[in-house]
Formats: sequence, C-alpha cells, structure tokens
Amino acid sequence: MGLQIIRPDTDIDFIGLRKWAFLLSGLLILVGVLSLIVKGGPKYGIDFAGGVIVQVKFDQSVDVKELKQALKEASLPSLVVQRFGDKEDNEYLLRTSADKFSPEKIRSLVEENLKKNLPGKKFEIQRLEMVGPKVGADLRSKALEALFYAVLLIAIYISGRFEQRWMTAGVMAAGLALGVYVLKLLTMPMSVLIVAAMLITLGLCWYLKLNYALGAVLALIHDVFITVGIFSLLDKEFDLTIVAALLTIVGYSLNDTIIVFDRIRENLRAKISPSLARTINVSINQTLSRTILTSGTTLIVVVCLFLFGGGVIHDFAFALLVGVLVGTYSSIYVASPILLGFKPKVEEEA
Amino acid sequence: MQGSLRWRIILIIFVLGLGLIYALPSVPGIKKSALTKILPDNEINLGLDLKGGIHLTLGVDVQKAIENSLAQMGQDIRSEAREESILVLRPRVVQGGKLEFVLLKSDQQEALEDMLEQKFSQLKIVSREPLEQGKVRYVLGMTPKYKEHLTKLTIDQAIKTIRNRIDQFGVAEPDIRKQEGNRIQVQLPGLDDPQRAIKVIGKTAHLEFKLVDDEADIKKALKGILPPGRELAFIYKKLPDGSTSKQPIVLRKEAVLTGEYITDANTAFDSYGQPYVSLSFNKRGSRIFERVTGENVKKRLAIVLDGKVYSAPVIQEKISGGRASITGRFTTEEAHDLAIVLRAGSLPAPVHVMEERSVGPSLGQESIEKGIFSALIGGAVVLVFMVVYYGFAGIVADIALLFNILLIMAGLAGFGATLTLPGIAGIILTIGMAVDANVLIFERIREELRRGLSPRAAIDEGFGRATLTILDANVTTIIAAIILYQFGTGPIRGFAVTLTLGILASMFTAIFVSRVIFDLWLTRRKAGTALSI
Repeated sequence: MGLQIIRPDTDIDFIGLRKWAFLLSGLLILVGVLSLIVKGGPKYGIDFAGGVIVQVKFDQSVDVKELKQALKEASLPSLVVQRFGDKEDNEYLLRTSADKFSPEKIRSLVEENLKKNLPGKKFEIQRLEMVGPKVGADLRSKALEALFYAVLLIAIYISGRFEQRWMTAGVMAAGLALGVYVLKLLTMPMSVLIVAAMLITLGLCWYLKLNYALGAVLALIHDVFITVGIFSLLDKEFDLTIVAALLTIVGYSLNDTIIVFDRIRENLRAKISPSLARTINVSINQTLSRTILTSGTTLIVVVCLFLFGGGVIHDFAFALLVGVLVGTYSSIYVASPILLGFKPKVEEEA
Repeated sequence: MQGSLRWRIILIIFVLGLGLIYALPSVPGIKKSALTKILPDNEINLGLDLKGGIHLTLGVDVQKAIENSLAQMGQDIRSEAREESILVLRPRVVQGGKLEFVLLKSDQQEALEDMLEQKFSQLKIVSREPLEQGKVRYVLGMTPKYKEHLTKLTIDQAIKTIRNRIDQFGVAEPDIRKQEGNRIQVQLPGLDDPQRAIKVIGKTAHLEFKLVDDEADIKKALKGILPPGRELAFIYKKLPDGSTSKQPIVLRKEAVLTGEYITDANTAFDSYGQPYVSLSFNKRGSRIFERVTGENVKKRLAIVLDGKVYSAPVIQEKISGGRASITGRFTTEEAHDLAIVLRAGSLPAPVHVMEERSVGPSLGQESIEKGIFSALIGGAVVLVFMVVYYGFAGIVADIALLFNILLIMAGLAGFGATLTLPGIAGIILTIGMAVDANVLIFERIREELRRGLSPRAAIDEGFGRATLTILDANVTTIIAAIILYQFGTGPIRGFAVTLTLGILASMFTAIFVSRVIFDLWLTRRKAGTALSI
C-alpha cells in the first residue's frame, strides 16, 4: 500500500466541534458583510461598473508616480494608475471613466502623452477595454441571475437525487418562481431580488423538509459570502471572471458536500450506528482522506495558476484559491452539521 | 470477462485514436508536416483574449429609426391625402415615437380614416381631439407588430452594413451577430490596428436630408429658443488655413429622406475641380426625392451626415431621376472615404459603441505562454504526487489524467469551441479535479482491502460504489458550467465549455479507462501479488 496522509482509524469529532465552526463561519461572514457595508457594496471592475482600462507594457521599469505625472496633461477623468502582474513585466493598468472621451480618443491621448513625456521609454498598449454603463448594469444583473439559477438548479437536483423527491423539488421551484414574480412586480432592484430569492429557497427547503438541499445550499451561500467578503476586505475588484470563479467554487464546494452526503446516506442505510451524530462523524472521517487529497491536488494547480498565470488571471486564481479552501471546510463543518440539526429524510423512513 | 475486456480495450484505442487525430493539428509544428494530409483541419480556435483582436458591442438606436420612418410616413400621408383632396397640416413626430397632424375639416374624418386604414395599416390611431374651427388633431402610433418588424429590419440592415464595411476592410474571420436589446456584437480576431477598424465600423454614416427653416431667428435659436419641430445645427466649413468654422442653421427636425434609399455613391469633380460625392437613389428614394424637391423649390435642403451638416444647397427645381450630390469642400480623400462608407451602406440608425475590448497580439501570446507554463508545473506536481502516493495505481491515475487532457484538446478542436484564457484556467483546474474521481475510487479500494477483501473484489467494490458518487458530484459541476455558458459572454463561455469537456472526459478516463487497466493487471498478475495502491 502506498503512502497515507490520514490514518484509516482516524476518528476526529467534527460534529463536536461544530459550535466552534459555526462561530468561526459566523465571524468570517460578519466581517465580510461589515466590510461590504462600510465600503458601500462590492467594488466593481469595469465589467460591471463601466469605464475604460488601458494596459500598457514598457520595456523598462517606470515609477507609478512618474507615469501618472506623464499623463497629467491628458486630463483623463478620475485616472487611476497601478502596476499590474509581475514586477519584471513592467505592465501598468490605467483606469478612467468613459464619460468624457471615446476609447479611441483615450488611446491616442495616452500614446501621445507617454511619447512626449517619457521619451526614450518604449511602450505598447496591450489591451484596451471599454464597457459602457448600460452594458455594465446588464452584465451585473446577468451575473447575479447566473449565481441564483445555479443554486436553484442544484437544490432541485440534490432533493431529487438524495431524497427521491423530484416532485417536491418541482414544487419548490414553482414556489420560488412565484415569489420572484411577485417581487419583480414590486420592482425591487436585482440585488434585493437575489437575496430574497435565496431566502425563499432556504425557507422552502426548510418547510418542505428538503434537508440535504438545505445543508448543501447553505454551505454554498456560506462559501460565496466568505469569498465575496474576503475580496471586499482586500479591496479586490469583481468582474466577469470572478463571477466565473464563484460559480466554479459553487460547483466545487458542492462536489465536496455531495461526496460526504453520499457516504452519510450509505451509512444510514447500513445502520452503522443508532446515533445520527455518530453516523455523520464516521462518514466525514471515512471520506476525509479523499477530501484532503483532492483539495490538495486542486490547490496545487490553483497555486501554480496564481503564481505563474500572469496578471490577467491573477484575481481569478485567487478567488479559486479562497473558494477551494472555504469549500472544503464548509462541506465538513457547515453542510453536515446542518443535516444533523434538521435530520435527513432517509432516517425517518428507516 | 476476457471477451468484454477485449472490446473495452478496442473502444479505448478507438477513442485514443480519435483524440489524437483531433488534437494533433493544434500542436505547433504538426500543421506544417506531412501529417496534415490525413488529419482534419479543425484546429483549436483561440479566443480574442489569446489571439489578440477586437470585441465590440454596438448599440443600435432603434428609436431613431422608428422616428425617421414615422416622419417619412407623415410626408406620405400628407401627399396621399392631398390626392384625395383631404387637407392635412404639419405632420410631425412627437415625443414617445408618435406622429401628430391636424385635419382641417372635421367632415373629412371618415375619408381620412378610410385612407389610413387602407394605405397605412402599419399605423394605428392613438387619439383624435377636436380643435377650434372644426379642425381635428390626430395622433398616430405604429402598431406593435410593425414596430417589431421595423426593429428587426433595422438591426438586420445594420448587421449587413457593418459586414459590408468589414469586408472592405479585409479581416480574416469576422464574427458579427445579433444580441438581445438591439445590440450587435462584432469580433475581429488578430487585428493589428484596432483604431482604424473601429473608425470604419463606428462611422455611422447616417445620412439624412432635412429641410432648412430660413425664417427661424438664428439669434434666438442660439439662445435655445426654437419653434416646435425645429433644431439647431451647424454647417462646418474648412477654411484655407486648415481650421474649421461653424455656421449656425435651423433645420426641421424630421428627415425627409435618409441614406437607406441609396444604391450607389461615387466621387466626382465639379467644373472648378472641387470633389463632391454623387448619389443614386433606389426607386422609392427617387420618388420621395422628386416629391420633396418639387414641393420645396427655392428652399434649402441640408445634407446631414452623422448629425453634421455638410452643405445646404438651395433647391433650384424639382429633381427627378434619383440623383443627388453632396458638396462640402472636401479634400479628395475625404470625398473618397465618404463615398466608400455610403456605398457600403449607410446605417439605418445611429450606432454607438457600448463595449469595446481590444487585446494586442503580444499580450495574447504572453497569456498563452504563462497559462501553459503554469499548467505544466501544476500538472507535473500532480502527476509526481499521484505516483508517490498511490504507486502502481498512481500511474494508472496519471495515464487517465493525460488521456483526459488529450480528450479536452480534441474536444475543443472537434467541436469548434474557442479556447480562452479562462478556458486555460479551466483546463488547469480540471487537472486538479480530474484526479478526484480516481482518488475516490482508490480510497474506496483501500478501504475494501483493509476490510480484508481480495484485490479483485476490492477493485470491483471500489469502482462500483465510487461511480455513483462521482456521477452525483460531477452533475452538479456540469449544472454550474451550463449556467455559466447560458449567462456568460466570450471568455466565460470558453471556460464553461472547457470545464464541461473536462468533466465528461474525466468520467470516461477515470472510471472506464482506469478500470480496464486494473482489469488487465488482474488478468496478468501472479497469484498472491498485492495491489500497489
């Protein structure tokens, strides 16, 4: 037999630690939410907020201040200059708003001023992106919708697969659609709508006793909140790729949760212990080795992406990094204890 | 068992062959070798973020097209009414896309409404309001059906126009498509000079002919006081020293004719050697032009391109034959460019850039290199780790993983999907997650071995029990990927496609292929050999 990280007879009392875990999760979420409130919501990148970014690469290092000075004459509205990617790449990101000039005007203004004020330093405009405010708002509501539908479909799938209650899951979807329809009539903003829809989903899962779905969905929301909170704390920007990362985290975290749930269901059927808490604990311990290995290999590649993937992909990799860690944690410490709190359906039938 | 194993191996070899055939053309260097003759042409499409190029989202101002069309109909209604001796005054477009006019005699209401019903079925009467002296004010709107039809027509025509212009520009594989919300998405891969391209596409060349109101008070107009239905514009003139002067002019708001009726445009020179652009109208355009010029002799007609007045010549006489000219002290090149844009088709409505992303080719190259580099490092670490941790079984997992990557490549090329930077990230992520299926199986086999089962029984149990779990876990990830595809644009879609391909491929390689390898090992092993896992 090969190496082992987790000894087969490992028996950690995860369920016993759940109060500490809830405290930790609650704290992390609270800090994130507070940060969001203090900063007035998430910091949107140009995909969602609209604006212009210009990525410039120099053949030698340039000081950010110097660069800003060189562009002063162009009087680009609310210009922000920052270094981008690895230090030795000499890449810089300029952000400005798109209200005053067309992107092409901005391109020529940047080129002219850099040529004039930084003579002898060769540069190239590598990337220019402009997103109008209308497109930004559309992309924003689309992204929220995507997250919402992902969670809904997943809740339906879990309820169907784990509890053979496709009908009930259908009822939940219908109830949710009705709720969202009514809320839409009240012309709520998209973000309120999403939060309301999430709450309705949770409420319906609880009311219809779709407990596996409840646990999994709560774990998902937990992961997304924490990742968003950490992004807010670190002042990182949200754009389309981050939404992609969040959805991937949703998929990944669920992957993890389902593997633990699957084992719990199997052990419940085999009646390995009369106590539900014990059964859950045994199941988590049995799958622990796999959990750590898979998270490990995934983390290895995500870390490589984070370190070597370049500036454009940097934040995306960071979101994945946080998400994989939080997702692994939540499938053990969030999803399963919730199952204990609300009791799985299978047990009632057994 | 033996027979089924043989068939499974044949299937794997078949899939491997297929994978190689589709993946190989994308490997650099192979394309030029002799192998090209037998390999398919499908190469992996690189997204704009990797190849460099331009992505544009253009918004079409459909409201403007509707107003133009309404103004046109207003003119038509008046002349049709005149033929039937019905007197109709001042048709004009008012706020909210409605057409308003006054009927002089209320006893002609029935005749007018009959005529409207017969000849202008695209319009419906919104309100009729009696005024003093037996006049009646009518407000007409487009029927929703016609509005929809016109919107579709406008967008389709805009797409056609943009395609024509890009064709003149000569881009290899332009991708132009309609998007919801009256938007058009344009993707131009591998373009070195985005500025020039955007200039050509973005130039609306929205040509309008508008009557000049010479009675209006220019001074008042400059202060912002304008009679209803009028607007202030400027004629731009180039002075000999290169600077431009602008001269104010008051125009009637609605256009009497727009560029959509133009069939041809050419550069010509007048007797003083000044270049000008001569236009030909189609049948309908000629008829309208003839009527407008006939009705407005001795008045001035302004030629407005993209909101700028080029010239405002006095109409000397009714112009029939469907030809007109635009003069405006152009340089020869300017006249030439204008003719090109007009010939390629004037846009039916103004178009503005709502989103623009241009990526230089060097950045794309850099992204590919960095992406591949991190994939190689990450992949190598995972490969080594699996062998160290699982021994023989680790090698099986590694084979499955490499097979998996091959299949993703082949899938991307075969389905004509686009590889984007997030797509590369998707592959890298898949490398990490692909071993998950094997890890699940192996951990299960270890458990069963610990329980004292024979290798054969443990392998059976391990694969059997883990397979359902793997299915459940992967379906959820695929759900997330499908939603990403549905809601995402460009690069995000690329990511969703790679993720889905990766998961499907990993189910095949981790469950099916590694099972076959284990079965092969079982048939070849000497009795009593332990399973290295």
